[in-house]
Amino acid sequence: MTIGRVVVRRLAAGVLTLLVVSGVVFAAGLLLPGDAARAVLGRTATPERLEALRQQMHLDDPPLGRYWSWIGDLATGNLGDSVITQQPVTQLIGERATNSVLLMVLAALVATPLSILLGTWSALRRDRLADHATSLGTLVLASLPEFVTGVVLLFLFSTVVFRWFPAVTDATRPVLEQPAVLVLPTVTLVLAVSPYITRMMRATMLEVLDSEYVHQARLKGVPERTVLLRHALPNSIGPVAQVVALQLAWLAGGIVLVETLFAYPGIGEGIFQAVDNRDIPTLQALVMLVAAFYVVVNLLADVIGVLANPRLRAGAR
Amino acid sequence: MTERQDISGWEFAEPEVRATGRARGLLRNALRVRRTQVGLVITALVVGLAVVGPFLAPYSETEFVGRPLAQNAPGTLFGTDYLGRDVFSRLLNGGVSVLILAVLCTLLGVGVGLLVALVAGYGRGWVDELLMRISDVLLAFPAIVLALLFLAIWGPEPWAIVLTVGAGHVPRVARVLRAAVLDVSSLDYVRSAEAMGLRRWSIRFGDLLPNVTGPLMVEAGLRLTYSVALVAGLGFLGLSGLEADQADWGLMINENRTGLTVQPWAVLLPVLAIGLLTIGTNLVADGIARAAAGIERRADR
Repeated sequence: MTIGRVVVRRLAAGVLTLLVVSGVVFAAGLLLPGDAARAVLGRTATPERLEALRQQMHLDDPPLGRYWSWIGDLATGNLGDSVITQQPVTQLIGERATNSVLLMVLAALVATPLSILLGTWSALRRDRLADHATSLGTLVLASLPEFVTGVVLLFLFSTVVFRWFPAVTDATRPVLEQPAVLVLPTVTLVLAVSPYITRMMRATMLEVLDSEYVHQARLKGVPERTVLLRHALPNSIGPVAQVVALQLAWLAGGIVLVETLFAYPGIGEGIFQAVDNRDIPTLQALVMLVAAFYVVVNLLADVIGVLANPRLRAGAR
Repeated sequence: MTERQDISGWEFAEPEVRATGRARGLLRNALRVRRTQVGLVITALVVGLAVVGPFLAPYSETEFVGRPLAQNAPGTLFGTDYLGRDVFSRLLNGGVSVLILAVLCTLLGVGVGLLVALVAGYGRGWVDELLMRISDVLLAFPAIVLALLFLAIWGPEPWAIVLTVGAGHVPRVARVLRAAVLDVSSLDYVRSAEAMGLRRWSIRFGDLLPNVTGPLMVEAGLRLTYSVALVAGLGFLGLSGLEADQADWGLMINENRTGLTVQPWAVLLPVLAIGLLTIGTNLVADGIARAAAGIERRADR
């Protein structure tokens, strides 16, 4: 089997997963105690308003038919209307999606080189003080929930100790007009994902540095710098790329708490708003969006894993 | 692979004895690692604070003791919160809910995950395939997003929090433990147990389970850390599963964060408590992982 086949198969599995996921998300809506219209409008709603909303949400149609029209709409990019604001969900998502992607890309761009450097350095200083400090530091950071890190950063750099960066985003203006608001959420996410990448980089680097071709290169008299840059680094990138992809996938959930903390107008904060308002249709659409992102990135991680692992590559043929 | 060497073909008659011995030996080894010791002390301190706290609190968690968000309200140690209640008393009262919910989520997630792993890893065939496909689907949601979807629908009831957070753990735990079960299930002593005609369930619990205690304990420690983070995170989003005015560490951060500038204690103290708790439990998990040689810490969560 060629690598192309493997990729196509994983892709098909990804699409199938998304289809089943959509079933779960839709079925979750059916679990609402009472009915969705009452959940949205609350106990005090008049019968007329309830009836109107039921009509709008097609609650009187059979569930299977509703599922098919929902999934058909999703596939064609129509995510339905918010039952709170009455606006199309796509309109709500547009800018938020851009903002969230901006935040996640920034976090990945900062975290990846930083972790690769730190992991390599730690591996080169194996069992010395720097290595132990990195090991403990990454372990502690990996333990901390992202909102805990975020609050500490807020305390240090935006409110009490220093006032360098704004604590919240002005939602009425585009994010790019106020780049300073990106700093603290980005740093929070970087601190959340870097420990995992650093640890993987260190472990992989140690393995590579102990390999025969590195010994060979050293015995040949290749300068240490070249050994590192030419031989060791390229060979340890594969597994690390996979971890980076996994961490990127984690960010899809991580942004919920971080965006909410910094009032950053992204998908994560949108999810929080939808939960807060019990705006179930919007929530379902956003959850599908996150799941799609998650599945795609995991797929990417899988493919990178296959491509980077010579044994799997050989086995796939 | 040191495990293979100390399993002679003759020992399978007494799996229980070996099981307790192995788990105890693992814990004893873990206790020699410095970070396990530090982790246990930190965890014990925070848990002690949460459990004994309610009896030591100078005020009740709902009592108004001064004007809102005062750093130096008379008669208080750390000032008042956004409604004028004693921050210290709310800190002492607010840990129990986080702890109980996190422990229940962990028990549910690891317990069901273990069962799935034992069935899937040592049953194989279509059951394995089906269970792993289901867990793939569940893995397509980040844990917090899955929890939020169902909590929005059911409301933030304590049982719903335990169910959704625990369910989020199941596929992740099952995946790791299934791999461990698969490794063990092709070993000779399992084969001989099969040859002796032992029932599959007694092989699962008698022969397989005792030999995956290492990964199981590491997984339990990790899941406890993530459970604390998730439960507190849900509290931070206002979904704590408690009555409106009850204290909860996650909720305290949410309630008081707009007052961070004037009264940082109301936010910093619960943040410190949650942070220390997760650091403590994660240090213990890491210590156990190091003691059970051959268990790699994973790169995902």
